[in-house]
Amino acid sequence: MPIQYYIYLALALFSIGVIGVLVRKNAIIVFMCIELMLNAVNLLLVAFSKMHHGVAFAIDKASTVGIDGQLFVFFIMVVAAAEVSVGLAIIVMMYRNTHSVDVNFLNRLKN
Amino acid sequence: MSKLVYLVPLFPLIGFLINGLGRKSLSKSAIGVIGSGAILASFVTSLVLFFEVKNHGAIPVQQLFTFIDVQTLKIAFAFQVDQLSSLFLLIITGIGFLIHLYSTAYMNNEEPQHYGRYFAYLNLFVFSMLLLVLGANYVIMFIGWEGVGLCSYLLIGYWFKNDSYNYAAKKAFVMNRIGDLGFLLAIFWIIVRLGTVEYGGVDGVFANAAAKLSSFDVTLITILLFVGAMGKSAQIPLYTWLPDAMAGPTPVSALIHAATMVTAGIYMIARSNVLYSMSHIAMNLVAIIGLVTALFAATIAIKQNDIKKVLAYSTVSQLGYMFLGLGVGAYTGSVFHVMTHAFFKALLFLGAGSVIHAMHHEQDIRNMGGLKKKLPITHITFLLGCLAIAGIPPFSGFFSKDEILAAAYAHSPIYWGVGVATAGLTAFYMFRLYATTFLGTFRGTHDQEHHLHESPAAMTVPLIILAALSVLGGFIGVPEILGGHHELHHFLAPVLTTEKHHEIEHGTEFMLMGVSVALAAIAIAVAILKYSKKPELQDATGFGKLLANKWYIDELYDMVVVKPLNAIAVFFKNIIEKSGIDGLVNGVGKFVNYSSRQLRLLQSGQVNAYVLMMVLSIVVMLLIWLQEGVIFRVFAKLFY
Amino acid sequence: MVPLLLILLPLISGLLSFFMKGSNAAKAWALLSSILTLIVAVIGVCSCTKYGCLNYDTAWLPSLGSRFTIGLDGMGKMLALLTAISFPVVFGATYRNNYKNPGSFYALMLLTQAGLMGVFLSLDGLLFYFFWELALIPVYFLCSTWGGEKRIAVTFKFFIYTFIGSLLMLVGILYLYFQTPEHSFAIKDFYALHLVGKQQHLIFWLFFIAFAIKMPIFPFHTWQPDAYEQSPTSVTMVLSGVMVKMGIFAVIRWLVPIFPEATKYYSHTIIILSVIGMIYASLIAIKQDDVKRLIAYSSIAHIGLMCAAIFAGNAIGLKGVMVQMFNHGINVIGLWIVADAIEQQLGTRKFSELGGLAQKAPTLAILLVVMALANIALPLTNAFVGEFLMFNGLFQYNVYIAAVAGISIILGAVYTLNMVQKIFYGNTVESTINATEVSGNVQWVLVALVVIVIALGVYPQPLINLTNSTVAAVIGVH
Repeated sequence: MPIQYYIYLALALFSIGVIGVLVRKNAIIVFMCIELMLNAVNLLLVAFSKMHHGVAFAIDKASTVGIDGQLFVFFIMVVAAAEVSVGLAIIVMMYRNTHSVDVNFLNRLKN
Repeated sequence: MSKLVYLVPLFPLIGFLINGLGRKSLSKSAIGVIGSGAILASFVTSLVLFFEVKNHGAIPVQQLFTFIDVQTLKIAFAFQVDQLSSLFLLIITGIGFLIHLYSTAYMNNEEPQHYGRYFAYLNLFVFSMLLLVLGANYVIMFIGWEGVGLCSYLLIGYWFKNDSYNYAAKKAFVMNRIGDLGFLLAIFWIIVRLGTVEYGGVDGVFANAAAKLSSFDVTLITILLFVGAMGKSAQIPLYTWLPDAMAGPTPVSALIHAATMVTAGIYMIARSNVLYSMSHIAMNLVAIIGLVTALFAATIAIKQNDIKKVLAYSTVSQLGYMFLGLGVGAYTGSVFHVMTHAFFKALLFLGAGSVIHAMHHEQDIRNMGGLKKKLPITHITFLLGCLAIAGIPPFSGFFSKDEILAAAYAHSPIYWGVGVATAGLTAFYMFRLYATTFLGTFRGTHDQEHHLHESPAAMTVPLIILAALSVLGGFIGVPEILGGHHELHHFLAPVLTTEKHHEIEHGTEFMLMGVSVALAAIAIAVAILKYSKKPELQDATGFGKLLANKWYIDELYDMVVVKPLNAIAVFFKNIIEKSGIDGLVNGVGKFVNYSSRQLRLLQSGQVNAYVLMMVLSIVVMLLIWLQEGVIFRVFAKLFY
Repeated sequence: MVPLLLILLPLISGLLSFFMKGSNAAKAWALLSSILTLIVAVIGVCSCTKYGCLNYDTAWLPSLGSRFTIGLDGMGKMLALLTAISFPVVFGATYRNNYKNPGSFYALMLLTQAGLMGVFLSLDGLLFYFFWELALIPVYFLCSTWGGEKRIAVTFKFFIYTFIGSLLMLVGILYLYFQTPEHSFAIKDFYALHLVGKQQHLIFWLFFIAFAIKMPIFPFHTWQPDAYEQSPTSVTMVLSGVMVKMGIFAVIRWLVPIFPEATKYYSHTIIILSVIGMIYASLIAIKQDDVKRLIAYSSIAHIGLMCAAIFAGNAIGLKGVMVQMFNHGINVIGLWIVADAIEQQLGTRKFSELGGLAQKAPTLAILLVVMALANIALPLTNAFVGEFLMFNGLFQYNVYIAAVAGISIILGAVYTLNMVQKIFYGNTVESTINATEVSGNVQWVLVALVVIVIALGVYPQPLINLTNSTVAAVIGVH
């Protein structure tokens, strides 16, 4: 499959994520959109990794070129998991205090 | 013998320290004895030194220690006793002692603590004055110069509860400071050109003056020195402090503001005669200022009604005479007049003090009159003083004034004419004062009349001694045409440059004398006739009012100098400082504050807004990255 | 060894003082420590001649090329002595004042002393900067914690002002550091630099603005009257007695020798600014109604003269400046002590509310008059010598400028006598009717200062001799 397909898919996912974060006020939705963006990036990383590795593999069977892209994906997944736990905890606390998950409700913090 | 030089200023210094520190614990009589004794000791020492100088010539410079040494400039704390300074020493300590003695009685009503303060100040004054005349260089002279200014300030404001006295004291100090600035600049000029401030010696100012100073330098130095003299010796335009200085106790006026301090300017110019003789411009300036001051102050004196104010303007006028003498090159004549003036003006002031004492601090002559019978000694001595100042032969004032007038005639008959007119005015106002005070009938309150009394011996004895000196003092300077030898002239000859010899024919000189004496005699007669029976009791009107108000010079100064200066100060304080500089500084602070408040609005607290901003920034950054070349070139154009 | 002791003594005792609880303990500790410092300083100045005794050098930050180099030359001795004298004087004169949190107050004061000593002694650029800040920061806390009612705003202004200056200076120091061949902060390496043209001019201003703010000279002075007015008076004494000398000192040590050409190039501008400042500050002083502000403006006028005399660029003026740095410190502290004594007793500093105090407190009146006379540089007081030499130097530079600057002598007499008259003369008023003589400690401290004033006024030569080595180094004239 040509690399462009992956790119378009990732671009679409990322844009959906960005727009979701921008327009939605529900903290959980915002959170999911962030996850969407992260995964869009993950998708791209994996795709490019595969592409580069494929080219290098054809020349040299022992090549490790492109491996690091997939390595990053694992990193991101770990970080995202940690983030989820912290983020969800914050949202839970927020709900307990305000009975709402509306992010704009928190702008009172600024004072 | 030469070690004695140190003792002269040391005695008054010790007196100052004892009286100053012990003013609370010492009794009044102890304070008086210490204060007067210190000056007497100093006087005796001065006498010894005087005869030493008279018989063996000037005593070599005595160096105490190095005052300032900065390699390029060495200033020694050194004393010099030559003919000129030994004469001044005698005047200062001699008259100083008499006035101290007089003060013990005059100030006897003061509390012990203030009595001690008074004598401490007075001793400090004598100490400073001695430094002034003993100093062997201009810096030591300047030290004494400022010192006497300080003591004058302290003594004018002696009764410090009275605010107008304090203003008078401050005015005196500040006006003197204006002169001092001139003096200081002259000293700097000398240092820059010659690298020394010593008067004499091989590398002294005077020895090097002709060789190393251009005529421009000399003229400026002498004029700047004269500015200093104007302040201290109350010459136009810096004279207005002296009449106000009469706020001080009367013996102070006699000592400081008549006999000694105000003649410091004459001493300074006589001391610098080598320099002055090199500059015609400065000489003429001195003569003209002196002449104008003499006449101007005499006109004011005619209409004053405060006994001390009359004497004060008279002092200003006589000082003008002395400067006239200096300006026309009659240095001896001026120094001679300093001496005789010290005698008779101290006498007149002390006499006035005796009157004021008897009248319970009444100073207005319109409320006096007929004091002749009640105060016989004061009356006689005061009369002798008036005759001396009026220039009636053979009293001392005649000889000294005549010498100056003769020299003025040789210089220019106009100078002489103005001088003689002033002499006539002098005779007139002095006898107006005399007649109003001592002749006629008593015009004071009944209470005052009841208490009228002759002053105690401590006050009359100095009066009698000074009267004797006023009568006889002139005989040390009898000119040759009157069959004298002019001892003073011969005595001072080594320190004064040869005066231009005024070869006036003897006939002319006799005629000049005749005119001035006749004028004085007429003025006296007119004054006595006019004022003994019907003194001026109303306020003056018309031209007289102008004179009585001192030509409105104080008001003029107030309008031209004081008010604008105050306005500028207020303007600086309120406008420039507050709104201008501080406003600018605070403006920067306010701007930062304002802009941060504006920027803070971006921090809305809306998560979406933040994210939007983030996204937009990323987009912009990407664009920049894409267009790196273009953007870089734009920046390059902007900054390089 | 001596310089190290001079810094360490106040530093350590200051740190210990933070833990002092009682008011009396803290006071006594501070006084004791400052007297000890004074003794060390006197020994150092009088009997120390060997290199090892007057200098100390050890590694400090080797990776940066900065060494802990301190030393006492003539000017350093003089200012170290001034610092050492002024702290016991300040502590002694304000011994009866009570401050909340006395331990911290005296600790910060002692830290300031350590900082000041360090500034005057350090011979290394980074070290100098370090002490420069060490002197500034405790003062910030002192003013903002123990000051008057407007203290926060005023102190903030003071801090921002001087801190901007410090940062500019830091940039300058770093620039010089990178110019030196083997990247060193040592002052002798800075001296050896020969910066050319534009470089020199730019860095000159970086340094000069820092020092000009500290001195302060017109028009960088507006922090000063406010800060003096709002600080507790004992801090004000330190500020105006010693701290402003940092600026002048730094110009002589760090500016003139490093940037000789720029100094010459800009001297005219700076002298004119200083002279304008003198007249300007004197005129404003005439119109002040507050003792502290009057002394503050008077101080600006005096500092202006010192700054002008430095840039006149001749040995005689420079000697005058150094002598005057010491003398002005002594005199101005004396004036502050009187101001403080009046404020503590009568609760006001306004001339309009004072008067006739001479009847109630004659001794204080006499002592103030002597101090006031020293303030107007009357001969035989210490200030005369300095001003005489400084005016002389200025006169050699330019006659007209000296003549204009001379006007400040007259104005100085006006405002100083105004002050004396309004506080002490005239009749007593409401506030002074029940006044009494000030307490013994204040009197004795003032008497000591008066003795110094007159002794150095009559025999100033020892002080002048101290300046010789520094002047020779700076001007190269001996």
